[in-house]
Amino acid sequence: MSTAAKVEEKLFQNRYKVDAGRPHISIKNPDLCAHDCDAQQCAVCCPAGCYTTEGNGRIVLITDGCLECGTCRVICDDHRNVEWEYPRGGYGILFKFG
Amino acid sequence: MAEKFDAIVVGAGPSGNAAAYTLAKSGLKVLQLERGEYPGSKNVQGAILYADALERIIPDFREDAPLERHIIEQRMWVLDDASFIGSHYRSDDFNKPPHNRYTIIRAQFDKWFSQKAQEAGVLLICETTVTDLIMDGTQVIGVRTDRLGGSIYADVVILADGVNSMLARKAGFRPELNPGDVALAVKEIHFMPEETIASRFNVSGDAGVVIEMIGKITKGMMGTGFLYTNKESLTIGVGCMLSDFKKQKISPNRLLEEMKSHPSIRPLIEGGEMKEYAAHLIPEGGYKAIPRIYGEGWLIAGDSGMFVNAVHREGSNLAMTTGRIAAETVIELAAQGKACSTKNLAAYRAKLDQSFVMKDMKKYQNLPDILHRNPQFLTTYPELLNQAAHIMLKVDGVDKKSKEKQIRSNFAHRRSLFGLVGDAYKMWRAFE
Repeated sequence: MSTAAKVEEKLFQNRYKVDAGRPHISIKNPDLCAHDCDAQQCAVCCPAGCYTTEGNGRIVLITDGCLECGTCRVICDDHRNVEWEYPRGGYGILFKFG
Repeated sequence: MAEKFDAIVVGAGPSGNAAAYTLAKSGLKVLQLERGEYPGSKNVQGAILYADALERIIPDFREDAPLERHIIEQRMWVLDDASFIGSHYRSDDFNKPPHNRYTIIRAQFDKWFSQKAQEAGVLLICETTVTDLIMDGTQVIGVRTDRLGGSIYADVVILADGVNSMLARKAGFRPELNPGDVALAVKEIHFMPEETIASRFNVSGDAGVVIEMIGKITKGMMGTGFLYTNKESLTIGVGCMLSDFKKQKISPNRLLEEMKSHPSIRPLIEGGEMKEYAAHLIPEGGYKAIPRIYGEGWLIAGDSGMFVNAVHREGSNLAMTTGRIAAETVIELAAQGKACSTKNLAAYRAKLDQSFVMKDMKKYQNLPDILHRNPQFLTTYPELLNQAAHIMLKVDGVDKKSKEKQIRSNFAHRRSLFGLVGDAYKMWRAFE
């Protein structure tokens, strides 16, 4: 395996039960991320790379690979712009080893 | 009329299982709710099991608990970019049963622990997320879930729902986590043949090694790396304060990748098959970050109560101990026919204050602040130590006296004499 594995390749090893169409995390006000948040630390610090910055400065969130750690919610302490819940029971990451 | 229980335990990790098991053993009617497919499927840890905390709950746990390796050697490495300086402590005494600590795989261990709780009489329902606490004024009287439809009631609810504890936050029992009070850890598990692990780490049978690391691997952030030997796999990971990740804008995945490629680490994990990548927050805020842990009809145990001793890498043992003591408090009140009121549940806090849990938490209460304000302990010093070793050990025709002078001048140059004395004082204050 390459010594600099991309996070997508790693997540591929994990087991998930995706709750299709019902993401458990959402951005409350997407405009705020695009215009009022210079740091956009979620796009760097999410360990599963769920947040990406688009060319126009907007943040795109895809929760399918989420490891349910809580980083994005806690780290957004300047704006509190992340709506974070646990997935419905049984859904989300299912650690084989943990 | 909905069914009523003596106690509801939210979560089936170490604290929840310890609490549920202890309650059920005493004959109380216990419902335990877990959001994962099975206990352990949402849980992440390094993971080291400290025998003592579990022994006090299940004395004969060694007979059938899924344990990986007992630890006979602890390595502490201080890393520079290309080198490490460290200490190893290995003792054959750690090879003699009963063993003091083990590596475990949490998905397997939590399932086993939960099985014990169920055998003791706990009613466990999985794949069920608790969405709210049901309140009667300020009193918690039950929970609502996303699955069971309707409400479930109990005399007391024990929140063992982990570091994020959505329930405690929603109910206003504690504020949102502060990025300076939690560490983000990422880790991977790499599988390889048992013989490979035995030869690489100089162990045989079920004996194992743990390596704890500080230094340049965390890029100036406050944190540590670790490498643990399991039976047929290695766990490797790194964790740093979330506030540091935020400030320095470092990708946790890249941090782990770079650590894995360190010349002293890469050969140890080479050839392994990576089978899982996990991330988890660790509540490392210490004593000052502990929220209210009891109230009218509720108790908090484990990570949810910020019970982690970051200095000694202890957490699951504090989780089990707080879970057990929470249960014992409830059992005593039930036996005396007393209500689980705020006043009566204060006994929980009092018991914890008397135990190693709060004594240890208190001992290091200033350390998080000191390390936050003095990043040199994890950046400059590792570099200086490695340089010093390099200078002394390289044979190059320079006399030893000149080498010592060079080392002294390196230290003084980087930290100044006052800086060095001040740092020594701060460390003494933090650990006294």
